[in-house]
Amino acid sequence: MSLKISNLSVSVLQKQIIHKFSLEIKKNEVHVLMGPNGSGKSSLSFALMGHPEYKITGGSINIDGKDITNLNSSEKANAGLFLAFQKPVPVYGVCYFNFLRNIYLNFHKNNDKISSIKQFLNLIRNKAKLLKIKEELVKKSVNDQMSGGEQKKMEILTMALISPKYAVLDEIDTGLDVDALKTVAAGIQILKKDSGILLITHYQRILKYLKPDFVHILVKGRIVSTGNADLADEIEEEGYKKYITAPAF
Amino acid sequence: MVTKKNSNSKLNPKITTGKQANEYQFGFHNNVKPIFKTQKGISPKIVNQISWQKKEPAWMNKFRLKALKTFIDKPIPLWGGDLSQIKFSDIYYYLKPIKKKGKSWNEVPKNIKETFEKLGIPQAERKYLAGVETQYDSEAIYGSLKKDLVKKGIIFTNTDEALSKYPEFFKEYFGKIVPPADNKFAALNSTFWSGGSFIYIPKNVKVDLPLQAYFRINAASMGQFERTLIIADCGSFVHYIEGCTAPIYTSDSLHSAVVEIFVKKGARVRYTTIQNWSKNVYNLVTKRAVVDEEGTMEWVDGNLGSKLTMKYPSIYLKGRKATGEVLSVAMAGNNQHQDVGAKVYHLSPETSSRITSKSVSKSGGRTGYRGLVYVAKGAKNSNIRVSCDALILDGKSRADTYPTMNINEQDANIEHEASVSKVSEEQLFYLQSRGIPKDEAASMIVNGFIEPIVRELPMEYAVELNRLMKMEMEGSVG
Repeated sequence: MSLKISNLSVSVLQKQIIHKFSLEIKKNEVHVLMGPNGSGKSSLSFALMGHPEYKITGGSINIDGKDITNLNSSEKANAGLFLAFQKPVPVYGVCYFNFLRNIYLNFHKNNDKISSIKQFLNLIRNKAKLLKIKEELVKKSVNDQMSGGEQKKMEILTMALISPKYAVLDEIDTGLDVDALKTVAAGIQILKKDSGILLITHYQRILKYLKPDFVHILVKGRIVSTGNADLADEIEEEGYKKYITAPAF
Repeated sequence: MVTKKNSNSKLNPKITTGKQANEYQFGFHNNVKPIFKTQKGISPKIVNQISWQKKEPAWMNKFRLKALKTFIDKPIPLWGGDLSQIKFSDIYYYLKPIKKKGKSWNEVPKNIKETFEKLGIPQAERKYLAGVETQYDSEAIYGSLKKDLVKKGIIFTNTDEALSKYPEFFKEYFGKIVPPADNKFAALNSTFWSGGSFIYIPKNVKVDLPLQAYFRINAASMGQFERTLIIADCGSFVHYIEGCTAPIYTSDSLHSAVVEIFVKKGARVRYTTIQNWSKNVYNLVTKRAVVDEEGTMEWVDGNLGSKLTMKYPSIYLKGRKATGEVLSVAMAGNNQHQDVGAKVYHLSPETSSRITSKSVSKSGGRTGYRGLVYVAKGAKNSNIRVSCDALILDGKSRADTYPTMNINEQDANIEHEASVSKVSEEQLFYLQSRGIPKDEAASMIVNGFIEPIVRELPMEYAVELNRLMKMEMEGSVG
């Protein structure tokens, strides 16, 4: 049971960004992917989720043995993959509550155990409470007139509602103050119980609150080093210099 | 983006027989035989037949004949949409399906009743409505008004009946805001008008529940020329709702209504329309309101159907501190042109107006916002806010904006915003990444876009509009 990325190559506008990237993430594992700007971290996450402009030119993506490489993004979501966006996209005039309810109904088409609005409200309340997220946020329109921290918290709440098998969290820690960072990290800790997680980050600071099982360094679309939390500490102190100057392999 | 399937192919959830899956959702056609039908085309003889059938006063017959002359004299407008394909000689101008107006639901003929049941009117009445006045072809055949409204002196009836019962109102108000010579289609309506609603709200009476009427064309090449007259006396309030649905036919149909509204001192009138005419109907409507001191007029206008709609609800702010608002939403798909907008005339000091227009074009459809704001000399301290936003779903579709401002007073306070946007790949990707299929994602974006208008509608209409928009959106992004 794993999210298995094998020899994945990705191109954007005819330019290859990701080169034969391989990684296997098992349930309950937290993998951290770090790398300098422009190393292809976000491109990888968009390609995994099926963004139409990020073309997969080689390799495969498997979820628990099922090939999802060429599915579109809603099919990938339904297969159990989730992406928390670095910059969540505003959908004007659609309130978060209705948005989440729509998502929920899409995932539970064949079973209407939570059919009434009241029941759904209770479900959202419980999830929000568990994750220490203010439930008032669901009244806002999706990612519109919300702070960066609020948007990231709602990404976590959305993930909790969907309960994906595997989640890619793209810079979920960027732009958060300490309190928000703690909330988000604690949330991920809870969600890890049901999911395998790939956490993409620039900074090691979220790792104070979240113990990763593996840390990978991505440079120019390739993993150049893999280790444990110590590797993140090393990067924090020394930067990526060592990996950037090293010859590509 | 490519249209995968005809947007009409979806069934309205209300009609769940499953048999009409490939028809226009309200396109069922009941086999009602009209008891009286004029010949096709236009002539004084046909006008006289109508007057005779209606047993109307001689002055109305004269009014019609004069309007006929005006209609013939006026050229077809060359602006707006393409009107050159209307064959005026190939249209029936009057049809009378049954003899008498039904007083209660039980008296309404069975097959006509079935049509209404398919439209869900009886349920709507039970749940929400104070009164239902429904036009079937050219005559209103069913109307009811709750007793407490009658007690308050409210008149809500079809316009033909009102003419015979309350001639004094007609002499004072009929054709006074929209004279036949106003435009070619106002003249056409004045010549052949039949049915529509007449409403009088006495001084200081506030009607809590919306009054409602449905209109429906149910015969091929049948023109429908309903005429609505609303008089809201000083300090009164009424919300009138008109919902239009029509079956689909191969030959082109024409709908040309005239609505005149008098808002007296301190009164408020809200007029809501959701039109979903079938895609072969020319919908050419003149709607106008005159507002006295401290009165308020609100037009809420939704345009989804028709081949071509040309409609610019107008407000004349005649009295000091009068206010006016136009909220309009339009959606144009394949072979549709919605040329809609608003006109506001500030004729007195301290008058204010707000125009909010939202349009969605897709699958090669075309929308246009055509607006006029006029501030007369002496209308000091007027406030004007215009915002029009267009959303374009694909490269084949088009949205135009034609705003006109004619300001003759220095200190008018004017805000004007306009935007044209496209549904972005990023929004679609974001929604799809949450497991929402692409067409549903697009309709979610569209619903969000029109939300500021939908918010203003009564609940059941908001639900209906969202559902209609969703149906239109199905399969519209490739």
